[in-house]
Amino acid sequence: MTIHRDDLGDKFGMWLFIFTELLLFGMLFVVYAVYRSMHPEAFRIAAEELDVALGTINTVLLLISSLTVAMSITAIQKGNKQRALQLLGVTLLIAIIFLVNKYFEWGAKFEYGFYPGSEVLQELGFGTILFFGLYFFMTGIHALHILIGIGLFIYVIVQMKNDKIHQTDYVWLENTGLYWHLVDLIWIFLFPLFYLIH
Amino acid sequence: MTDNTRQKQPSFLEYQGRYKGILGWILSTDHKRIGLLYLYTMLFFFSVAAILGILMKTQLLAPGETIMGPQTYNSFFTLHGIIMIFIIVVPGLPAVFGNFFLPIMIGAKDVAFPRLNLLSWWVYIIGILIVLTSQFTGGGPPDTGWTFYAPYSFQTPTNVLPAVFGAFVMGFSSILTGINFVVTIHRLRAPGMSWLKMPLFPWTLYGTAWIQILATPVIGITLLLIVAERMLGIGFFDPALGGDPILYQHLFWIYSHPAVYIMILPAMGVISEIIPVFSKKSIFGYRAIVLSTMAIAFVGYFVWGHHMFTSGMSGRALFTFSFLTFLVAIPSAIKVFNWVATMHKGSLHLHTPFFWAVSFLFVFMVGGLTGLVLGALATNVHLHDTHFVVAHFHFIVFGGTGFAFMGAIHYWFPKMFGRMYDAKWANLGWGIFFIGFLSLYLPMFYLGMMGMPRRYYDYLPEFHGPNILSSLGAWVMISGILIIFANLIRSARSGPRTSEKNPWGGKTLEWQVDTPPTLENYDEIPRVDETPYDYRDYTGIDNPNN
Repeated sequence: MTIHRDDLGDKFGMWLFIFTELLLFGMLFVVYAVYRSMHPEAFRIAAEELDVALGTINTVLLLISSLTVAMSITAIQKGNKQRALQLLGVTLLIAIIFLVNKYFEWGAKFEYGFYPGSEVLQELGFGTILFFGLYFFMTGIHALHILIGIGLFIYVIVQMKNDKIHQTDYVWLENTGLYWHLVDLIWIFLFPLFYLIH
Repeated sequence: MTDNTRQKQPSFLEYQGRYKGILGWILSTDHKRIGLLYLYTMLFFFSVAAILGILMKTQLLAPGETIMGPQTYNSFFTLHGIIMIFIIVVPGLPAVFGNFFLPIMIGAKDVAFPRLNLLSWWVYIIGILIVLTSQFTGGGPPDTGWTFYAPYSFQTPTNVLPAVFGAFVMGFSSILTGINFVVTIHRLRAPGMSWLKMPLFPWTLYGTAWIQILATPVIGITLLLIVAERMLGIGFFDPALGGDPILYQHLFWIYSHPAVYIMILPAMGVISEIIPVFSKKSIFGYRAIVLSTMAIAFVGYFVWGHHMFTSGMSGRALFTFSFLTFLVAIPSAIKVFNWVATMHKGSLHLHTPFFWAVSFLFVFMVGGLTGLVLGALATNVHLHDTHFVVAHFHFIVFGGTGFAFMGAIHYWFPKMFGRMYDAKWANLGWGIFFIGFLSLYLPMFYLGMMGMPRRYYDYLPEFHGPNILSSLGAWVMISGILIIFANLIRSARSGPRTSEKNPWGGKTLEWQVDTPPTLENYDEIPRVDETPYDYRDYTGIDNPNN
């Protein structure tokens, strides 16, 4: 039995999966749009509770990590395994830092009582309840994707160390990279929607 | 393609892989074995849900409580819906016959991602198990109906959470199958098989797979929102927290209407396979069928609002959704004309699959036309949430997909199992089933027009007569199902063996491989230079073995 290999097909499959992710988040953006248009003022005020500095740091971090994963693909294409591993290590580290920041950010919100079902929110009215509901749900689903990404990076690093991923067979790395760009892209939309626009 | 000196390879049923016994099946990445795994799973759950259905119809035999109370009735129709929709008709034809025949029909050795394919089945099984826990734990079986409408779905004390989460998990299985099929069709068609030389069943699977990819995530996130609503109280659908239950209905139907096309498109593909083979005539308007398939897949996204005509929408939205609903009926009608025109002046061969195909045409037309009655704004207000709706979608989903499923299994049975079923019993089963089906669902149209609401365990005395007919029809239909299943199961185990490659005289590739197919289907990938369904050379003389 010959082993069937089709890198283009594998990447095609990954792109289709990315479409499903876009629709998944797309529906959440629809929910966001509906409730923002119903409560523009409450959303504007609630947004000021978010930490723009921390959000910006996370955005920059994710952008850098997208770059490093792309560079690691180039490195493995050129056969430089050591460099590729280093760059993947940096990407993995950044992903973890992103989650640590998220932990502190969420922790602060909980401290002030801004979480679904809290008494503070009940008093602040519908718009604020919905804003923080959306904030936690959307950034939460996004953080779940970061976690899955971390798992993928660990797998790819192990496989590369064992020479299962190498100069002529690196579609796993490419697909992981595609996934990571998606996670980055979603954040590029989440960041302004929650932190920036007034 | 094959010569007689070639050594006979073991079929996929006999092939001894790395594992023995049952493990050789549930860990097999062979697309044919996976197709059969789905088939067996579905047969089992279909029987469960059919029993629930028959019990509900028995309850409705007379007004008042006969065999069950309101709460039991509510949980029965909920479980009946969840099983029939999420476990059977949504995966249905693609998972069973798509898995088994898509690679063979396009001249491939397997799907593009065989391991992902096995994973889909496992995810599906895990989803089913999660759904089942809802029946036996917590606050009792869910009573929301399969639609899980907010706000009731997060207020009811019954155990909705596992049911919703299980449906979410099964969505993954659907998405993975969809991705697998699209990549398979793009990348693995045999040399020479251009898009317009592909048989029609793969074409409909292609349209279906795109819907699975692009619509399923919507229900995924919506169900997850219900989970969050129940567990955390995020308030998106809860008016007490500023949320909007109507928004849930929108999100739900944005998926669930396209899902109807996930159910019906592959059924249309099966019918497009069966009719030319038993008419011995080239399919009429191949391109029209292809185009209408893709048109249905596309326009089907934009009609979800017709489920919500009475929920509260602007007048403009109502008109638009109603107009689009009428629009989406056109490609379906085109197909019906194509099938009828294919039979016209054909040399009709009256075998069991053909009976199912022709009766499909009948029930599909009744279901489709009553769909337009519901898609029209004025009549919808009168018929909304009545038995008319129940009759309509059973005509489409059970009549459409179910008849096509039965047609498909009688058509491909000899190829799948290398054995033949007893045609007399199969035809008898079909006849009884068809009569039972009509007497079960036709009275429901009348009851709906008279104003009998759906989802009640009780009704007013004036509805008694038609309900008796309907309940009797249910018993007749179940007898038909028993005959069909007994015949098929007995034949699969001990029917007369056949290694006849092409018992029906079909032209598509699956009739050129061994019966049953070998592990890799083909020793050598065939070259395809002709269009499928070319019967111009038909001489009127059939295969003598047949």
